[in-house]
Amino acid sequence: MSEFSEALQQDEFVVTGEIGPPKGTNLEHCMEEVNELRDSVKAVNVTDLQSAVMRVGSLATCRVLKDRGVEPIYQLVCRDRNRLALQSDLLSASALGIENVLCLTGDHTLLGDHSDAQPVFDLESVGLLQAVETLCSGEDMAGNELDGSPELFPGAVVTPGADPVEPQIMRMEKKVEAGARFFQTQAVFDLDQFSGFMNRVEHLDVPVLGGILLLKSAGMAKFLNGNISGVQVPQRLIDRLDADKEKAKSGETAVKIAAQTIRGMRDLCDGVHIMALGWGGLVPQIVDEAGLS
Amino acid sequence: MLVTELKPEDELLAEVDEDGKVFVLGCDGCAGACETGGAENLPRLIDLLEEAGKTVTGRKSVEFLCDKSLIRSTLRPYASSIMESDSVLVATCGIGVQCVADSVLRRARPACNTLNMGGSRGTWPGTERCAECGDCLLDKTGGICPITTCAKQMVNGPCGGTTEDGKCEVDDERECGWYRIYRRLQDLEALEQMQELVPPKEYGRYLPSYERMTGEFWAVDAPAEEAGDDE
Repeated sequence: MSEFSEALQQDEFVVTGEIGPPKGTNLEHCMEEVNELRDSVKAVNVTDLQSAVMRVGSLATCRVLKDRGVEPIYQLVCRDRNRLALQSDLLSASALGIENVLCLTGDHTLLGDHSDAQPVFDLESVGLLQAVETLCSGEDMAGNELDGSPELFPGAVVTPGADPVEPQIMRMEKKVEAGARFFQTQAVFDLDQFSGFMNRVEHLDVPVLGGILLLKSAGMAKFLNGNISGVQVPQRLIDRLDADKEKAKSGETAVKIAAQTIRGMRDLCDGVHIMALGWGGLVPQIVDEAGLS
Repeated sequence: MLVTELKPEDELLAEVDEDGKVFVLGCDGCAGACETGGAENLPRLIDLLEEAGKTVTGRKSVEFLCDKSLIRSTLRPYASSIMESDSVLVATCGIGVQCVADSVLRRARPACNTLNMGGSRGTWPGTERCAECGDCLLDKTGGICPITTCAKQMVNGPCGGTTEDGKCEVDDERECGWYRIYRRLQDLEALEQMQELVPPKEYGRYLPSYERMTGEFWAVDAPAEEAGDDE
């Protein structure tokens, strides 16, 4: 049983962090970031070729984290592997002692740095969750018996800010039916909207960790609004970032905004997932200011 | 030419399970040539439905179901019997089913699977596309194909990449297929269909056999085998 899953079961307000493996074999910066945030979080997500950009693999990086005593959450996307490779990697993860797995469909190859690649999408996240469940029951997807079955704790993602949100909720219900045991959400900035979403998914008895994305500048916030579906940064936050460029640059404003959002989330959901995008060093301060340490 | 075969009877009956009244529609084009959709092929579908206790409200075979103007003009006299039906069972390729779905506000249910011919395609005047996947899902998606309209070929609803105006994350001109499916199912008052967990697709049905790719019946332009070739 992973510590992360136990914490969720014990109704702790759980904090998770996230790192992105590098492009190239130098893991030094990545591990520095892990060291900065490791004591503030229960587990650390490792992204899987995030944004369809080729990098070091999630599975290898998860194992490196585990060797250093940090509990990883293995992100696995369906874009680059068919069902043979996905199932094989899930068995590999288990063989390497990795239990938490976040099942994603993945950004399309056209959005990444190898846009000529053949996208796979043999399965999508719902099918991947079903595959996890099947493997854990001792069989593969073709019904063949396994010699030793994995013990995995599968989770999934949801976009609370989608408009319309109903198709997202229906998909979330299917993910629960397919075996999702926790959710981490897309970045949330509007607590009223998030609160409405949580009310609508109250019937789902699965813990939800609200997504916290550090706002590095007003420009970044505007970029999110223009380019990332289901993410809306309210104008008042953009104005705050604009008002004091020094504080925005140093991360002071990002910390304040994140801590306020987390305080607002404490009664709404079961934890938070902090996406620091390289600013992992600020995570302890955020957790502290949010009153969680 | 798009090649079709009738779905197995149990699959067909599962589609119309909750329907009392069904209108049966065929296509005299490719489906006629495949002996799945022409006028003379409809009686066996009708027999199957009636044996299962369904009321068949009418039947019609249209010259080409991939031509929406032809569908609309041909079906106009049948409008009342179609609208009193719970669904329209359409014996044709995936394109024809989608054209019917876009033309009548009734569940258009596919009677056939469209088989992959290794690259051959018919021509059609509309925007509907069929991947010839051999495992037709149109019954579950309001008659809009998620395999050809969704960039990720998702079968269980939209990813998180739909924009607020219903476009796809890979191209802001491109409509999100699942947004369209959601709207269509809303119009059909059949949104509960989106709650059904769809299992991973059977891509093993995608590849055509060599015989099918090269066989004389399907490859109409292949030179006829001459007697004595083998000697």
